[in-house]
Amino acid sequence: MAAARRKTNTEDYLRMYSQMVRIRTFEDNANQLYLSAKMPGLTHMYSGEEAVAVGICEALTDDDKITSTHRGHGHCVAKGADFRQMFCELLGKAEGYCRGKGGSMHIADQSHGNLGANAIVGGSMGIATGAALSAKRLGRNDVAVCFFGDGATAQGLMYEVMNMAALWKLPVIYACENNGYSEYTATAEIAAGSILKRAEAFGIEAHQVDGQDVLAVNDLAQKLVARARNGEGPFFIELLTYRYHGHHVGDINRDYYRTKEEETIWKEKRDPIVNFGAWLAKEGIASEEELKTIRDDIRADAEAAVAYALDAPYPPGSEVTMHVFADNDAA
Amino acid sequence: MREITLSKAVNEAIAEEMRRDPAIFLLGEDVAEAGTPFKVLSGLVEEFGPERVIDTPISEPGFMGMAVGAAMTGSRPIVDLMFGDFIFLIMDQLCNQAAKTHYMSGGKLKVPLVLRTNLGATRRSAAQHSQSLHALVAHIPGLKVALPSSAYEAKGLMKTAIRDNNPVVIFEDKLMYNDKAPVPEEEYLIPFGEAAVLREGRDVTIVATSSMVQVSLKAAEMLAADGISAEVIDPRTIVPLDEETILESVRKTSRAIVVDEGHQSFGVTAEIASRISEKAFYHLDAPVIRMGAMDVPVPFSPALEDLTVPTPDGVAEAARRIVRGETRDAA
Repeated sequence: MAAARRKTNTEDYLRMYSQMVRIRTFEDNANQLYLSAKMPGLTHMYSGEEAVAVGICEALTDDDKITSTHRGHGHCVAKGADFRQMFCELLGKAEGYCRGKGGSMHIADQSHGNLGANAIVGGSMGIATGAALSAKRLGRNDVAVCFFGDGATAQGLMYEVMNMAALWKLPVIYACENNGYSEYTATAEIAAGSILKRAEAFGIEAHQVDGQDVLAVNDLAQKLVARARNGEGPFFIELLTYRYHGHHVGDINRDYYRTKEEETIWKEKRDPIVNFGAWLAKEGIASEEELKTIRDDIRADAEAAVAYALDAPYPPGSEVTMHVFADNDAA
Repeated sequence: MREITLSKAVNEAIAEEMRRDPAIFLLGEDVAEAGTPFKVLSGLVEEFGPERVIDTPISEPGFMGMAVGAAMTGSRPIVDLMFGDFIFLIMDQLCNQAAKTHYMSGGKLKVPLVLRTNLGATRRSAAQHSQSLHALVAHIPGLKVALPSSAYEAKGLMKTAIRDNNPVVIFEDKLMYNDKAPVPEEEYLIPFGEAAVLREGRDVTIVATSSMVQVSLKAAEMLAADGISAEVIDPRTIVPLDEETILESVRKTSRAIVVDEGHQSFGVTAEIASRISEKAFYHLDAPVIRMGAMDVPVPFSPALEDLTVPTPDGVAEAARRIVRGETRDAA
């Protein structure tokens, strides 16, 4: 484990562990809701990538903005969202973050600075960069983090906005979650050359980090967020990680694009939660038993939230025409 | 009353609003020192500085996306899109992001931005700099669409657009930038969804938008000489559309012609004609006539281009035929 700062950081470490467990637990429940046909539509699991969202979001404040992706539950939880409103949204219920209008791929939680997941791959890169422009222009101190996958590096929008971010020194961090697959295609088949060097071509400082190591991610994120706040941005991070599930919950038979052996290696040797838990125990920060209590409490929370969401009412039909347009304040 | 050009009217509207609200900024290609190719924005960078009048690279999706993110985070951007034809480049950011964010977030996020661009053929600019694409945008729920037909409307609608809490697209007629009209010195706003009855008449209602308003007013003059009394209505905004003013007029005249510079098929003329037919059917003495641009890419040669757009002669002739009852046979 990199960047061990054991002395005073116990609370931070345990929160990072809890947040990662919360994401995994959320996803396990969401998957179950899909498999039992209780959830409308599909969803994309973040399981396996928890250290990325948590390592970065733990370096942010509520005023800092993030934009998220179709695989966005992890970012949402890591930025502070509540299980109940998230499950309600996944089930299309009125108490969901978006009153059931967005669903899994559009959860936004602006009270914690989450400007929303996005169902267009790469679609939020302009939004994150614009949030950074807004912060700079309005003299605010916040930083924007744009989460996206390796698949989104194939979108032209990314290069347009990185160019402007670099020209105008915007406080934005591009966080590329490279999980090795662009939907059902290996990244090597869709990305020529080096992803990092693409950012460097704009004069953007770019880093690669082990996305399964929450402390390494957090350590780098802390430094870059502080520097971005100080006007030294933008930055680019490539986080090497792995997606445990298929592209979405329905992508079950995936032997044609990746092997079971590969999946097993990542799950058994490189799991960010198991490895971090083992490190916490080894360093004497928390006992196995304490970690189990954390996991059990979170499991109970999630189950209660699922039960609540299943029983919660749908929005009334009258809401279908609400929110097409925002009201205008009296001039 | 003083007369100023449409170009000057837009410039004044933006300058007045920028003085009022520091959250407003402008971005686009060559908006600063160049003041746009049409010189509409000349002088603004001198008054407001390059922090608020921002020259961008030629990256339409990029700066449109950034405007969406900025609008979601406290800024009120005005995006300058040099030619209306370039709207195809920004469709994802405009239609998937800006238009839907408020709805998808269940009303949590707002996108108060103005996209100002233009329409209009007969400038000998060929098929990629001459289109009138407002119907495409009007088709997408969540976007408001304003179509000023003179300097007076251009100023009043722009000020209203800037104060609106939603994405508003304003299409100016690029052939009218140097046309003068009376514009009050004192501040005024034109509310959205309020059509203007520009000329009263008994025999036929001509609903005309943007560039086609002047064409229709000229046609009405010609018709008056023939003893035909035409009422000319400018909806001013097509989203929202002031249906009632149009229907009220048709109930009086019993005949209607809709004139718009977008392509005739699947466009604004079709929408307005169908609403008249649905809601004033028993008042009609003849089928509603639609006059749009021909369904061809705009050709370069003046000999061809001039054939593609409705003219005063064409509108007057259609009005004579509808008044004489010659169009009933087609029904």
